[in-house]
Amino acid sequence: MTKTVTDVICPFCGTLCDDLEVEVSDDGKQIVDVYNACVIGAAKFLHSQASDRVKRPRMQQPDGSYKEVSYDEAVEYTAKMLASSKKPLMYGWSSTSCEAQSVGHEIAEQVGAIVDNTATVCHGSTLIAVQDVGIPSCTLGEVKNRADRIIFWGCNPCHAHPRHMSRYSIFPRGFFVNKGHKNRKVFVIDPRVTDTAKMADYHFQIEQGRDYELLSALRVALRNEWLPDTVAGIPKEKIYEAAEVLKSGRFGIIFFGMGVTQSLSKNHNIDNAIMLTKDLNEFTKFSIMAMRGHYNVTGSGQVLGWQFGFPYCVDLSRGFARYNPGETSSNDLLRRGEVDAVFVLGSDPGAHFPISSVKKFSELPSVAVDPHITPTTEVAKLHVPVAFVGVEVGGNCYRMDNVPIEARKVVDPPEGMLTDEEFLSRVNKRVKELMEAKK
Amino acid sequence: METVTLTMKNPPVLMLEADHISPDAFAGKTAAEIAALHAYEGREQFTLGKYFDVAGNGGKTAAETKIVVKGDVSRVKYIGMKMTAGEVVVENNADMYTGAWMQGGKLLVKGSVDAFTGIGMIGGELTIEGNAGNYLGAAYRGDWRGMQGGVIRVKGNAGSDIGTFMNGGTIIVEGNADVHVGTHQEGGKIIVKGNGKSKIGGQMVEGEIYVFGTIDVMMPGYKYVQDEELEVDGYKGRFALYHGDLGERHPKRKGQIVYGKLYQKI
Repeated sequence: MTKTVTDVICPFCGTLCDDLEVEVSDDGKQIVDVYNACVIGAAKFLHSQASDRVKRPRMQQPDGSYKEVSYDEAVEYTAKMLASSKKPLMYGWSSTSCEAQSVGHEIAEQVGAIVDNTATVCHGSTLIAVQDVGIPSCTLGEVKNRADRIIFWGCNPCHAHPRHMSRYSIFPRGFFVNKGHKNRKVFVIDPRVTDTAKMADYHFQIEQGRDYELLSALRVALRNEWLPDTVAGIPKEKIYEAAEVLKSGRFGIIFFGMGVTQSLSKNHNIDNAIMLTKDLNEFTKFSIMAMRGHYNVTGSGQVLGWQFGFPYCVDLSRGFARYNPGETSSNDLLRRGEVDAVFVLGSDPGAHFPISSVKKFSELPSVAVDPHITPTTEVAKLHVPVAFVGVEVGGNCYRMDNVPIEARKVVDPPEGMLTDEEFLSRVNKRVKELMEAKK
Repeated sequence: METVTLTMKNPPVLMLEADHISPDAFAGKTAAEIAALHAYEGREQFTLGKYFDVAGNGGKTAAETKIVVKGDVSRVKYIGMKMTAGEVVVENNADMYTGAWMQGGKLLVKGSVDAFTGIGMIGGELTIEGNAGNYLGAAYRGDWRGMQGGVIRVKGNAGSDIGTFMNGGTIIVEGNADVHVGTHQEGGKIIVKGNGKSKIGGQMVEGEIYVFGTIDVMMPGYKYVQDEELEVDGYKGRFALYHGDLGERHPKRKGQIVYGKLYQKI
C-alpha cells in the first residue's frame, strides 16, 4: 500500500507550484511517484532517493581523494574557517528555507562576512533597477484572473518555468479572462525563436543586446513622438502597433528573465522596462515581474532586506551593512582577490561563475553545503551534505511574486543527516564561542 | 603648503579601505599622528603606519596640506574621499572610490583608477592621467544625485555608466567611453573626445553630452534638430544637435520644453 501526500510545494523554480501530489511508501520513507509536477520538479523529488547520495560530510585530501568526516568535525572546520578569516564570502542561500538563511546571516554578522545570493548572477540587476526607480508589481493570482496583455521579455518559461504558462500566465481561465488564452495577447521579445516565442501572437526577434533601445522606442511610441525607421531590427510601424495593442488592454504584465538582466545594459534594461510599465499605467493597468529562478531566491532577498536593508551583496565586514554590486558582489570579490574564505550553501557557483572566479575559489579555504554532488562541492575543501528543503524538511519560501509559501516535508531524510538549519545553528554556536575567545 | 609623503611599504593582502587619506584628515597632524590614523583590511582595523611610511607633517588646514602617495596603491580604496581642499597626488594606479564625494581641492592620479571614481562629486578638480573604470562621476547605488559640481578629466578611456544621474559639473574623457553615458542625466556636461558606444544619453532629461568621435547606435529617442557652431573644451567646430530622450519626461521652462542635448562633431 502507498499513501498520497497532497498540496505539496515544488522546491525547484520561482513558480513554487503548490498543487503537487506525491505518492510515498506506507512507512513514509520512499517516494514512489510525483504527480502534477513538471519533469524538472519531479526529478528533484525522485533524485533525493538516489542510491549514490552522499550521506556524511567529506573532506578533500591533498591528493584529491575524499575522506569521510563526522558532522562534528565539519562544524569545527567551518566555524574555524569563518572565525579566522579577515573577510569571508558567504554565498548561495537561494535553495534553502528563510529560517536557515536567517541563521546564516547571524553567523555572517558575527564574522564580518559578505552575504551574497544567486541574484548576483541572475536578477541582481533587477534589484538595482528597483532601488533606482521602484516597481509596480502584482501577484501571479492577479495575472491569472486579469491579465489580457502578456509580455515575455528575454525569458523562455517553456523550459525554465515549465508550469508558469499553464498555471498563471497564458492558458488558465481567469475570473475576468474567462476564455483563457483566447482573451490574452502574448508578446515575446527574444532574439531566438524559442518554444515560448512559437506560441506568441507577436514575436519581436530583436538584435542581440538592443533591448534597451527597443524599450526606449516603445516609450517614445507611447508618447507619439518621432522614431527612426528601425529600432533593434524592428520596423517602427510594428513598434507603434505594439504600443497601441498594449494600451488597449485592460491589464498587462511584463515578465522578464536573464535575457535582459544579464545581457548588455543589465540594470538599465530593467530600469527602462519599469519606466515603460509606469508609462503604460497612464493608459491602462500594467505590472512587471521578474521570472525568478531558484525556488527561494526571492526569500533570500526578503530576509536580507528585512535584516540588513539590502537584498544581496551585503558587506558586513565593517560591522554595519554596506551594499554596492560591482564591489561587494561575489564575482568581483573573487576575481579581485578581496576575500580569504568561501562558504557556499544552496547554490552552485562552480557551475555558473566564470572560470577566473572558480579558480580563486579553489585556492581558498572553502565549504560547500549541498545535498547533491555539484561542480562546487568538487572544488570545495569540505562538502557537507544536508537534507533537501521542501522534500525532507519544511520551511518558508517566497514565490517570484513575493508571496511566502510554507514548503512541506514529504519523507524523512537519511538517518543521522542534518538539515541546513541544524548545521548552521551548530556552526553559529561554535563561531560564537570562537569569537568570544578572540576578544 | 606642507607636504606629506606616503610610501607604500606593506601592500595589503586583501584590500585597504583608507578613507583617511585626505588633506582634511591630515591637516594639523604630525607624521606620527598621521601614521596612527586607522584603515581597514577586511573586518580588522589597522593603522596607516602599518602599510605606509609617512614623511612630513600636515599643514594647519586642509587647504595648506598636500599629500603625495608613492608606491603600489592599486589595492587602496577611498583615496581623497570627501576632501574639501588641498591637494593629493597619486603617482601610480589607485583602486575604487578615488575622489568619491569630493567637495574641493585638487586630486591627480598619474596612473589609472578603478570603478566609482568621483561618484557623487560636488566640487574640485579630479584628473586621471590613465584610464578610469565604470561609474565615473555617477551616483552611489540608490542615490538620485550623481555628480553635482567640479571637473573630472580623464586623459585615457573611461568605462561604462559614466555620469549616471548626473546633475551638474563636467566630465571630460579624452579617450573613448564604454556604453551608457549620462543615463538619467538631469544636468551637467559630459565631453567624450574619442568614440562613444551605444546607449548614449538613455533616459536623459536635461544636460549636455558632446561626442567627438563615432556613436555605434544612436538611441531611438534622439531626434536631429540642427547644426551648431560651438567651442567645446578648447575645440572650435560644427556639431549636430540632437534632442532627447523623447521617451523620458521633460520639464517646461518659460513655456518651452527642456530636452537633453546630444552634440556630435561633424
